[in-house]
Amino acid sequence: MAVLVVADHDNHSLKDNTHKTVTAARALSSDVDILVAGAGVAEVAAQAAKIDGVRKVLTAQSDALGAGIAEAMAACVLPLMSAYDAVLVAATSAGKNFAPRVAAKLDAAPISEIIQVIDADTFVRPIYAGNALETVKSTDAKKVITVRASAFKAAGEGGAAPIEMVDPGAGAPHTRFISDEIAKSDRPELAGAKIVVSGGRAMGSAEEFHRVIEPLADKLGAAVGASRAAVDAGYAPNDYQVGQTGKVVAPQLYVAIGISGAIQHLAGMKDSKVIVAINKDADAPIFQVADYGLVADYKTAVPELMAALTAAGK
Amino acid sequence: MKLLVPVKRVIDYNVKPRVKSDQTGVDLANVKMSMNPFCEIAVEEAVRMKEKGLAEEVVVVSIGPAQAQETIRTALAIGADRGILVQSDADPQPLEVAKLLKAVAEAEAPDMIIMGKQAIDGDNNAVGQMLAALLDWPQATFASKIEPMDKVVRVTREVDGGLQTLELDLPAVVTVDLRLNEPRYASLPNIMKAKKKVIDVKSVDDYGGLGAGHIAVPKVTEPARRVAGVKVENAAELVAKLKTEAGVL
Repeated sequence: MAVLVVADHDNHSLKDNTHKTVTAARALSSDVDILVAGAGVAEVAAQAAKIDGVRKVLTAQSDALGAGIAEAMAACVLPLMSAYDAVLVAATSAGKNFAPRVAAKLDAAPISEIIQVIDADTFVRPIYAGNALETVKSTDAKKVITVRASAFKAAGEGGAAPIEMVDPGAGAPHTRFISDEIAKSDRPELAGAKIVVSGGRAMGSAEEFHRVIEPLADKLGAAVGASRAAVDAGYAPNDYQVGQTGKVVAPQLYVAIGISGAIQHLAGMKDSKVIVAINKDADAPIFQVADYGLVADYKTAVPELMAALTAAGK
Repeated sequence: MKLLVPVKRVIDYNVKPRVKSDQTGVDLANVKMSMNPFCEIAVEEAVRMKEKGLAEEVVVVSIGPAQAQETIRTALAIGADRGILVQSDADPQPLEVAKLLKAVAEAEAPDMIIMGKQAIDGDNNAVGQMLAALLDWPQATFASKIEPMDKVVRVTREVDGGLQTLELDLPAVVTVDLRLNEPRYASLPNIMKAKKKVIDVKSVDDYGGLGAGHIAVPKVTEPARRVAGVKVENAAELVAKLKTEAGVL
């Protein structure tokens, strides 16, 4: 069997999610190809070609693919599926957008956010915000799978797969791209960051969130996250959201500040290697999953933490 | 404009699900059930569009057991006009749900289908996209702003790193994200009024029947539990432990 991985990228650079999705794909088959669909993606394709264990890289280019429009992505992937038994996509907002569309067109049941490959037909995926794990066995001849990238190790680099152009497909005749508002940030990306510093509702305002969380994140070289409560209250943008309804992260170190630890938030970070919680409520559920808990008001604890990090040479 | 809003009855957002000891699923007996929170946002948005004069009719559809009528009634109390229950005790899989909704959409001919981006039980995040594919309609997922215009709709989407705005020809499927709106609490008069609104109870056979699922679930298990660690006294101790004990700094 052969497996197609659709690359996660922003038209400029390849995301680490792709390397992780390749690892999941390699558990299904040794014949793994990567599709880089976008606009102006020659550099991205060159990066994809370096991933270990990749047979070849396909590139498809059009403006609609560059904007990641679901109809265009599905129209590009579908004809390729005659040569593959499965397509794997990282479960990002881009991947989730088009993968089910491909599945429906193939009359296949999509398999969402797998965290483990048991065999070529059987997978494990979290349900109920990670409160239960479902083992699913698919009877579809062609499978459409999204992969929770944080659950897989990144494939290494050192390969030199050939790059081929393929037809970009019919585009998206009924959808027009109007605009993008992508926040520019020098911080690492939340989904793949080694350290994440998250703030919760205790921050009380967007200003306080910026003032407290961001300097600490920058000191640690960390990505910034937020609880749903903080996002709902407008303290942080939605793409900072860690949880069932936001991003699922599994960094080396997760620092939760002023976050109570609602089920839905825990679903997004409980697989982190080390969890630190700072909260003035000693009974906050976050302490039940934290490796290190500090019962303190963040207003005093965070400045002290900054000072302690400086003293430790950070 | 006519709007169709699919809604799902799920375990209440605040209830912690328990895995059954025989590993056949999650225990839903005697558990509080509610409308999926994302569906509630979709209903609210549709009702607001009607209140602004942008839509004439809001039809709510649910596929589920007889009790899903309560979920539809909740949507009617928010302000939807009428409901359809496609009754099934089989807990259809997302692909089957999408096929049934396609048949409902063909019968109802809405200009826009507004629905939640995912249900908080299966967490699939797939039905809206599949419904759009089966209907060959354009789609906009994860909406944080929906602006209907003449024969088109502009949708601002929550994507990785920020926002994307698309314009779709109608009819179209839009799935909604958290920040689109904050659903209202239905007022008592509106709850009373909702009791008089019509819910058509149909069977899956009225909409082409229920196909065999493509997925078997051999087991459902509890995830490995994380054990609570230690409490530290102050920030200096925390940094010391992170450096020497945990080795993550």
